[in-house]
Amino acid sequence: MKAGSHLEKILRAGHFAFTGEIGPPRGTNVEDVRKKARFLKGNVDMANITDNQTAVVRMSSWATSLIVMQEGVEPNYQMVCRDRNRLAMQADILGAYALGIRNILALSGDHQQFGDHPFAKGVYDIDSIQLVNMIKTMRDEGKFQSGGDISGPPKMFIGAAANPFADPLEWRVHRLAKKIEAGADFIQTQCIFNMARFREWIKQADDMGLTEKVYILAGITPMKSIGMARYMQKKVPGMDVPEEIIKRLKGVDKKQVADEGIKIACEQIQELKETKGVAGVHLMAIEWEHKVPEIAERAGMLPRPVVEDDEPSAQDDKKE
Amino acid sequence: MVKVKRKPLEEIAESVKGYTKILNVGCGGCVSVCLAGGQREVKTTNAELTLLFEEKGINSRVDGYTVERQCNAACLEELDDLVVRYDCLLSMACGAGVQMLAERYPSKPVFPAQNTVAIGVDREIGVYEEKCRACGRCVLAYTGGIWIPCAWNDIYIRLKQQNRLDDIKKIHLAMEWQNSTPRTIVQPQYEHLYAKEEK
Ligand code: SF4
Ligand code: SF4
Repeated sequence: MKAGSHLEKILRAGHFAFTGEIGPPRGTNVEDVRKKARFLKGNVDMANITDNQTAVVRMSSWATSLIVMQEGVEPNYQMVCRDRNRLAMQADILGAYALGIRNILALSGDHQQFGDHPFAKGVYDIDSIQLVNMIKTMRDEGKFQSGGDISGPPKMFIGAAANPFADPLEWRVHRLAKKIEAGADFIQTQCIFNMARFREWIKQADDMGLTEKVYILAGITPMKSIGMARYMQKKVPGMDVPEEIIKRLKGVDKKQVADEGIKIACEQIQELKETKGVAGVHLMAIEWEHKVPEIAERAGMLPRPVVEDDEPSAQDDKKE
Repeated sequence: MVKVKRKPLEEIAESVKGYTKILNVGCGGCVSVCLAGGQREVKTTNAELTLLFEEKGINSRVDGYTVERQCNAACLEELDDLVVRYDCLLSMACGAGVQMLAERYPSKPVFPAQNTVAIGVDREIGVYEEKCRACGRCVLAYTGGIWIPCAWNDIYIRLKQQNRLDDIKKIHLAMEWQNSTPRTIVQPQYEHLYAKEEK
């Protein structure tokens, strides 16, 4: 075990992981966080806690992670490169670990120009690959980025993102390889709508032996409406929403659109479960946390496996 | 070269208001090349300021003088006798020029007339594009001569064309930013002249 988080145990035991996501509130509404966490509890293996998502200020990711932990949901603490330099990052990692956080996801972050403070200074002191590497060095070598010794290194299970759909397509899998080389233990992908393109990407990754080295969790977002599908297709960079999805949503009665969206997501999850190289699904039900129990049920993801709190075993040699 | 954009007239007027005799100092270097702070632009800015002062009934006078380069002390010498006759200085050079003036004439208030924007290239007449932020550790060697981390698609295409994809498959260590403290550059061939005496 590298970190011993619940997610790591699930993956190492060979279970198909199912993870969720919680967006922190635009204020101090703790009850809002708790409510969202309760919908996820027992229905997912852990939940990503976003970090000033879409460059809009929200309650800090580490603080929200702690609240979510109190509700019995394991957090995956997201950290973006946009808002902090290497000093702040390392300090937050130490603090997060000290307070019990065991998973972290290293991201670049959406550019501040698209958020609610467009004139903020974008930090980008280091990039997401360097962040992954910095956390690994802290964990495995007990060293800060500067080379100084850490007393009591933070043992984090390290995640990184991958987008199989951004240009240039042929470069995507090499970028994945770089993140693995830098030290990623697990990968969460961008929302998948174009399954054909995803199959191609995961096959390339598999052929290169990458799926043996890292756990890949495929990103799924259920469409709530035709408007949302159109918006993601046209406005969100790096998103690939094929016309068929929109056609399917348009093909049902107006009242049934959201249900059709869930149906599509469930079908995707079923297929991904059978896809070689996919270790789990990451469900991003944006502001739709109350639907998570239903989606988990319909996708056949329940009950979630229970893993024992045992010591590292021979299993651990895989993917170390 | 350095690319600048002149501040709005109102802002300039606001900063020099209260001074009766103003000398607007132009620069024949970069700002002249990007058509923002050379002799010609000093003239037009002064004409606009004069008009504004008249409209507002402000009793100030603004004259102009353009030096070859404002970032070199030797080029400023010719200003010494002139400056004493004015209450304040306005600089049409980049930020470096403004500071050079302020350093040479410590008793005179110096105001910037420009927003210094970038190190960049000329695209069209009057159109300039930022290309460098003077980080002090140039990474262009492995990005195919393309800057800005988000331009990965362009970088990929160029390196592929040059058969140099291996350059970006490698993991690059964290940047050692050199631009968070003011730097002094001494070219190697002159280092011996400025070597610190050892005690
Ligand atoms: S003062 Fe600024 S604008 Fe003028 S030559 Fe020097 S660097 Fe260029
Ligand atoms: S890498 Fe640094 S020195 Fe090179 S172009 Fe970019 S900012 Fe300028």
